Amino acid sequence: MIKFVLMVNRQGQTRLSRYYHSVELSRRAALEADVVRYCLSRKKDQCSFVEYKDFKLVYRQYAALYIVVGITDSENELSIYELVHNFVEVLDKYFSRVSELDIMFNLDRVHIILDEMIQNGHIVETNKSRILAPLTTIDKMVDS
Amino acid sequence: MALKIVKGSIDRMFDKNLQDLVRGIRNHKEDEAKYISTCIDEIKQELKQDNIAVKANAVCKLTYLQMLGYDVSWAAFNIVEVMSSSKFTYKRIGYLAASQCFHENTDVIMLTTNQIRKDLSSPNQYDTGVALTGLSCFVTPDLARDLANDIMTLMSHTKPYIRKKAVLIMYKVFLKYPESLRPAFPRLKEKLEDPDPGVQSAAVNVICELARRNPKNYLSLAPLFFKLMTSSTNNWVLIKIIKLFGALTPLEPRLGKKLIEPLTNLIHSTSAMSLLYECVNTVIAVLISLSSGMPNHSASIQLCVQKLRILIEDSDQNLKYLGLLAMSKILKTHPKSVQSHKDLILQCLDDKDESIRLRALDLLYGMVSKKNLMEIVKKLMIHVDKAEGTTYRDELLTKIIDICSQSNYQYITNFEWYISILVELTRLEGTRHGHLIASQMLDVAIRVKAIRVFAVAQMATLLDNAHLLTGNMQRNGICEVLYAAAWICGEFSEHLENPVQTLEAMLRPKVATLPGHIQAVYVQNAAKLFATILKNQEGNTDSTAAQETSQMMIDRLPLFVQSANLEVQERASCILQLVKYIQKLQQKDVEVAEEVSALFAGELNPVAPKAQKKVPVPEGLDLDAWINEPPSESESEDEQPKAIFTKEEPKHSRPRHTEVDEKELARRREARKQEQANNPFYIKASPSSQKVYQEAPGVEHIPVVQIDLSVPLKVPGLPMSDQYVKLEEERRQKERAEKKKKEKKKRKEKRSGRGKKHDSGPESEEDITPAHVVDIVTEEMPENALPSDDDDKDPNDPHKALDIDLDNLLETTARRPLADSEKLPVRSHRAAGAPKSPAEDGEAENATPQEPKKKSSKEKRDKKKDKERDRKRSKEEKKKKKHKREEKEEDLLGGQAEEAAVQSEETKEVEAQPSSTSAEVSDLDFWLSNAPVPSNTQEAATVAAAEADPAPEAPAGTAADSEPEEPKDTETEESKSSKHKKKKQKKEKEEKEKKKKKKHHHHHHHSDGGGEESVQNGTVEEEEPLPPMSNYCLLAENSYIKMVSDGDCDARLWKFVLLSIC
Repeated sequence: MIKFVLMVNRQGQTRLSRYYHSVELSRRAALEADVVRYCLSRKKDQCSFVEYKDFKLVYRQYAALYIVVGITDSENELSIYELVHNFVEVLDKYFSRVSELDIMFNLDRVHIILDEMIQNGHIVETNKSRILAPLTTIDKMVDS
Repeated sequence: MALKIVKGSIDRMFDKNLQDLVRGIRNHKEDEAKYISTCIDEIKQELKQDNIAVKANAVCKLTYLQMLGYDVSWAAFNIVEVMSSSKFTYKRIGYLAASQCFHENTDVIMLTTNQIRKDLSSPNQYDTGVALTGLSCFVTPDLARDLANDIMTLMSHTKPYIRKKAVLIMYKVFLKYPESLRPAFPRLKEKLEDPDPGVQSAAVNVICELARRNPKNYLSLAPLFFKLMTSSTNNWVLIKIIKLFGALTPLEPRLGKKLIEPLTNLIHSTSAMSLLYECVNTVIAVLISLSSGMPNHSASIQLCVQKLRILIEDSDQNLKYLGLLAMSKILKTHPKSVQSHKDLILQCLDDKDESIRLRALDLLYGMVSKKNLMEIVKKLMIHVDKAEGTTYRDELLTKIIDICSQSNYQYITNFEWYISILVELTRLEGTRHGHLIASQMLDVAIRVKAIRVFAVAQMATLLDNAHLLTGNMQRNGICEVLYAAAWICGEFSEHLENPVQTLEAMLRPKVATLPGHIQAVYVQNAAKLFATILKNQEGNTDSTAAQETSQMMIDRLPLFVQSANLEVQERASCILQLVKYIQKLQQKDVEVAEEVSALFAGELNPVAPKAQKKVPVPEGLDLDAWINEPPSESESEDEQPKAIFTKEEPKHSRPRHTEVDEKELARRREARKQEQANNPFYIKASPSSQKVYQEAPGVEHIPVVQIDLSVPLKVPGLPMSDQYVKLEEERRQKERAEKKKKEKKKRKEKRSGRGKKHDSGPESEEDITPAHVVDIVTEEMPENALPSDDDDKDPNDPHKALDIDLDNLLETTARRPLADSEKLPVRSHRAAGAPKSPAEDGEAENATPQEPKKKSSKEKRDKKKDKERDRKRSKEEKKKKKHKREEKEEDLLGGQAEEAAVQSEETKEVEAQPSSTSAEVSDLDFWLSNAPVPSNTQEAATVAAAEADPAPEAPAGTAADSEPEEPKDTETEESKSSKHKKKKQKKEKEEKEKKKKKKHHHHHHHSDGGGEESVQNGTVEEEEPLPPMSNYCLLAENSYIKMVSDGDCDARLWKFVLLSIC
């Protein structure tokens, strides 16, 4: 099960956070700081899985942006690793060459995309056009 | 329109939107906090306006701020307002904010119930979708209870988009409101075969998650999943299913056998690494559970290991890591197959990535043998020297000790080598694991008698050079070793070469800087040593030597008498008085050695670590009860016994003293002296110990290199353990040579006798004999110790509540009274049901309730009325079941998924059986013992017969109650069946016709029992055709009527009794 999805930039600023189990606000900050510290300190030649407390972190780096997913032991690390990439591809498709700013300025949309892909800590959808279908409909609704 | 645009732009002019906020924060890097606080003030103003657009904008900004870590819980009510907006664009902002900010204790959640319900039933699928998504984040037990019904309805929504989400959120609902699992489960199961792959995958996800926690309840779904596995092409779904099988196989070995083939096929065919990894993992799990049952699984293991080797050799660090991780799972059961890849794993020890190195270390544990232990440990020791960063080095240290000490030092052939390794490890700077090394030293010295001479010699040198270990305060973790050293030297002092020197080393003033518990051991063992020395010296003609030793004790011990540590003080003052007395006797030329050593006579044997725990508490003894009145708080603090063997910060009271000015100090000293005379407990530190402390820093300057002195190297230039490796090599060679000689001799003899050649293969494990005869004293256990030690599960696990036996739900209900809420499921289930009698309605209130007591009383009331009809139905039922069973037998585990849907309703009826709780326990045992062999019905039947059966108790007590149960089932069944496939009913009828002819004899009960059973396992299905095991019991009989009761023997069946009249 996925516990949380985080997007952090190299300065350690959170760009997106989504928790699939409730974590107190005060503990979130500590957790995020910890997670960022663990992941950012790793070099490129180190593997993308980090054991952290009672769960695992799977992270991927895209330019200055890190996407970190916290998972329980029961989750397949590689499949999450692929999921992260899938997520970025979807973002890329929607924003056409996504950048950190896109994510910051359109946080709600990124959330919609993420919610289409992961719900409740489980992967629901991995097909790009199906993921984007609701969002495009919403965009049309807003435009009209 | 134009007006609208103008209005919009005006809004934008005055209000910041999210983009502006983000930009603003970026532009105010220096005073971010200040900027944000002004923003929050603005947001507060915006929230006060009536315009919902402005509010939504404000809430959107709050969501961003919340992400940055600002508390926005004060806006919870506004969020609810935005959520309830009729416009979707705003609504979704509200839900997004809610899903980020709300948690179980947010009080406004109560207000949302109706709004959410409205959104769930909205004609707009995106309204519903957004509500479901939001709900999954903040669902509370109350919401779960109130909305379970609505969400369940959505599971059958026409749009797959909604179905998918509804199915997924059910998992959260189950967690928060476990009662909903039972009624929702059949529908959830249906969704496994939903035409939409997304819904299917959602259902797989939920069931996998449920099944992982309580696999036994989901075994019955195996065929269905099996079918999905062979048909699905979605790797993410496949991974989930395969993972689920991994959880199920330990419970059902036959399932594993069936899985091996498709899994190996997948391993061969797939190009996705994640899937490959999952398959390998599951094959490993399957093989572990099969380890005895399958003859030719070595091929599968080989395949897995090969694939893993490819992963580990890959340049991708991720694959390398996972490969090692999976390899360690194989290691547990098939160490041999992993051992052949030793080279690769040792190579990984040099990897740049620490996580990979750690995984490789895990693997080493299982790879050692008598042959290669020394070699591997030597390699690890090199790593210890090279390692930077204490965590990795500490990990190495623990691994070395783990590897060497595993299974009772099985692989150690030369304990001298091991002791010297331990001594070498004491050189580690700043390790936290001093106590680990110490306990190993103690353990080895106590349990391996032959090594004591060597160990004592090593420990004596260690004590002699103690200053090197303790010199640096940072390194004090390692001084725990001195605890072991002192104890070993004292306890086995007869082996000491130069006991006087050791005694002298143990009584050095510097000892006072050690932690208290170590000092205590020093003092006690100094006494032991003293006794030995006396014994040695008394034989001599010169008695002055003995007296000198006594004098030394008397000179040195006062230092400890003044110790701040209670334990040290007590022991020291005791021993000091004793030595003084001895000295008196010595001066009178009295022989005392015998008596003194009698103080320490007897040998201590090791006790198993859990021995104490395993002694059963005698009856009538309450360990928690106070023997005396509990002491006051302050007292109890002092009275707490010191943990004898824990790391403890050395206490130095000195810094406090320095703060006090000279005058005060002098005054206090006076007072203290006065007090000392009367009460030694008030002494904080003595002048002499202070002095010692002042000296201590000087020791720090001794270069660490000098520590080599502590190890008496017999071959200069070589680290000691290496020397042993060489020696060992030589010894083995010699042995081999000797053996060859012997064999030659034997061969010669044999040749002369029979001329048959003796086969001398390569040196095997067993050929390596230990360097010296080692008897490892086994640990003592109390006589009446209990063998089992059960580890308790975490009582807080939310999944515990979901441990509901879905095949036969009665157990759970019997434990818990029905909640009002249980009627929930009924509403949805029976909406389209057949007309009901009032009595039935009453039951409906209780859902498919299965609460035996309630039911029976109710049943009694309308029993007569329904009896006639019911009986008919029950017969029909039985026939159908019988038919079912036949089908099942035909295709064991055949993946006949179509049946699943049909059977789901049968599960229901099964639920409704009354239980005879007393029988439950024995029955479960029976089922457990019986489960693996159910394919052979006859065999099982005999087993059943052999068991003393519950049938006898059934007749009298439950006869009346039990009879109506059957009818009830049929009702449930009927009402439900209307929803289900008609086809099946047809089948039933046909079946009925056929069967009717057969079953006139009461014997049919027998088969009915069986039929019933397999239905019970309705969900257990094809794979497990549980045998008919009825044990019917005649109740009454006359020429017209024969009453028979039938207690069923299946574990889950036990709970109901069939009563039939024919």
